[in-house]
Amino acid sequence: MLQAIVFLPLLAALVAGLGQRWIGATAAKLVTTGALFAACAMSWPIFLSFVAGNGEAGVVPVLQWVQSGSLSFDWELRVDTLTAVMLVVITTVSALVHLYSWSYMEEDPDQPRFFAYLSLFTFAMLMLVTANNLVQMFFGWEGVGLASYLLIGFWYKKPSANAAAIKAFVVNRVGDLGFMLGIFGTFLVFGTVSIPEILEAAPGMTGSSITFLGMRLDTMTILCLLLFIGAMGKSAQLGLHTWLPDAMEGPTPVSALIHAATMVTAGVFMVCRLSPMFETSEVALGVVTFVGAATCLFAATVGTTQWDIKRVIAYSTCSQLGYMFFAAGVGAYGAAMFHLFTHAFFKALLFLGAGSVIHAMHHEQDMRYYGALRKHIPLTYWAMMMGTLAITGVGIYGVFGFAGFYSKDGILEAAYASGGGGVAAFWVGIFAALLTSFYSWRLMFLTFFGKARWGESEHIQHAVHDAHHHHNHDDGDHHHAATGDGTAGYHPHESPWPMLVPLGVLSVGAVFAGFFFYKPFIYAEEGAAFWANSLAFDAHLMHLAHEVPLWVKWTPFVVMAIGLALAWNSYIRNPSLPARFVAQIGPVHNFLYRKWYFDELYDLLFVRPAFWFGRLFWKQGDEGTIDRFGPNGMAALVQGGSRLAARLQSGYLYGYAFVMLLGLVALISWTMVQFR
Amino acid sequence: MIGIEHYLAVSAVLFTLGVLGIFINRKNVIVILMAIELILLAVNINLIAFSQALGDMVGQVFAMFVLTVAAGEAAIGLAILVIYFRGRGTIAVDDANRMKG
Repeated sequence: MLQAIVFLPLLAALVAGLGQRWIGATAAKLVTTGALFAACAMSWPIFLSFVAGNGEAGVVPVLQWVQSGSLSFDWELRVDTLTAVMLVVITTVSALVHLYSWSYMEEDPDQPRFFAYLSLFTFAMLMLVTANNLVQMFFGWEGVGLASYLLIGFWYKKPSANAAAIKAFVVNRVGDLGFMLGIFGTFLVFGTVSIPEILEAAPGMTGSSITFLGMRLDTMTILCLLLFIGAMGKSAQLGLHTWLPDAMEGPTPVSALIHAATMVTAGVFMVCRLSPMFETSEVALGVVTFVGAATCLFAATVGTTQWDIKRVIAYSTCSQLGYMFFAAGVGAYGAAMFHLFTHAFFKALLFLGAGSVIHAMHHEQDMRYYGALRKHIPLTYWAMMMGTLAITGVGIYGVFGFAGFYSKDGILEAAYASGGGGVAAFWVGIFAALLTSFYSWRLMFLTFFGKARWGESEHIQHAVHDAHHHHNHDDGDHHHAATGDGTAGYHPHESPWPMLVPLGVLSVGAVFAGFFFYKPFIYAEEGAAFWANSLAFDAHLMHLAHEVPLWVKWTPFVVMAIGLALAWNSYIRNPSLPARFVAQIGPVHNFLYRKWYFDELYDLLFVRPAFWFGRLFWKQGDEGTIDRFGPNGMAALVQGGSRLAARLQSGYLYGYAFVMLLGLVALISWTMVQFR
Repeated sequence: MIGIEHYLAVSAVLFTLGVLGIFINRKNVIVILMAIELILLAVNINLIAFSQALGDMVGQVFAMFVLTVAAGEAAIGLAILVIYFRGRGTIAVDDANRMKG
């Protein structure tokens, strides 16, 4: 069954990708979507059996892979609680995104390719989460990276999409180098790449040291940090995050699947999978906490200033990933995975909702041109509302809360309970929660409330213009009328059912995923039984987290309310306030709006020098030296020589005869001298 | 007394004249043919002079062969020249540059 879950998407991807000419677009879409729904249907029983407490962890062998000296590993599918959680997240979101794409990509001529990529991605991601050794995990890791590259650059005629795809690939290479070094180091130290064996041997290596880059460093610290660099790249943590916002150039379903729910959480998954290893190094955990908290804060601040609806959600994703990492850093791996689980639902929901809005608005993504969409696309509005309630963590302690309420509070309480650096992370998390609430409600208010503002949008004007041309004969006046209400005569329509069904399903997840599953995921006793050694579950910490003072439990709710009030005041009650405020704090706003100048800094530090070096080697090295003296030099020599020879060849007989005579004379003289 | 040196001197002069006739001549191709005849003549004189001096008849027999070949060569050369004139309308040496690469 596990084999079917993992390999059905691969099979579907191959059929749809290679056989699209023979089976046609509809069949290709049917095959991929069908395979994903089948995989999803098979995943849930596995997960629920683990929740019920009768799931069986195990390893399913597939193929022998490498046998070389002391290095040996096989293709194996491992299933335990951690994998089961990831399985349902991946297959559910992927299946829904496949369905959603039927409508969203309806007008695209390349649909089979799109669906094949989606299925290929799902396969690689499943390979990653079922890996039983680091090399297979790396295979999945690179597979999802490839699929991400292909899907970001899906609209390959757009230069910006190509640039974003390349950026995502290159930035991820940086992280992957760390991951690879981590794998090599792990093999060097432990003599194996099998994850269970490494985790078993890891505590024994505490305190040993190893030489790295000429320095004597603690073995486990350096291994964990190298692996964590890989996680940072994939999960877009501060420093290696620059690719994620740009990745929004891809189609929106891709953003929902890859850049919100699954691939970007691979880093969190990896840290949790290797949590017994991370537990052996205080320093590494400290770094994880710090990076997570810093990302959380950074992305949240940037998210408050962006205008592009997808970019706001992208920074939100980045920020939520920060939450997961600092949860892992303080040792609350269960809470990290819980947030991963709930986040997958509400963030995929927000992205697909944003996709629905974009679909209705003819690919206008600037929130300044939205407004008052509540009445036009009510179902999308309600779905987005569920997502927003979930991400901002609305809930009454002890009664009921949306998904994010349980997971985010779990993380914050655990951070507070862990003491030391965790308390600092707690306060950063609280502040980020305030910002999360603000930018999420800002998005909702700008999009669905207030006055309609899309009359100014070029996309809408094009759409109206085209519609006018098409329906010239029937009541053309309708479109002509200068309505004066900011709509330019355009009325958005609700999306078709293939887009609404995933929104509905994910809304259910965003509302109930926290409520149903918080006990097994983060409660001390239930959690220990649920996770059952698949990660380093610290029951004591979770117990402490449960016992934190009441104000700690209520603070997230209070800051959420403050954020909501701020957003309401700025965008509903007093819409001119933000502009005045921005004018007052100009430089600060610019700093945030330009994303802390990370792109500019990297451009200056890495991109330009790289281009400069490239140009140097190209112009001076390649063209100036190798080509000049190599092939081109040879060619010039031959050309010059033959030009000289051609001049000798005058075509006059006497010239030839003269040369012959000279030759004869020379020959005779030589003979005479030689044989005298 | 006329010795072999005199014959050789005459022959050398004739040979040089022939060679120069080929190179310095800018007028027409017939002159080249005549210059070749001169060269062959110089060779013949050499052959006969040595034959006389060494008392060996082979040299004179060889000279007869050379005469025969020279006659054939002249005939063929003139024939080619006629064809060439028909084709190009000139036999000036400076115009005969069709062999330029």
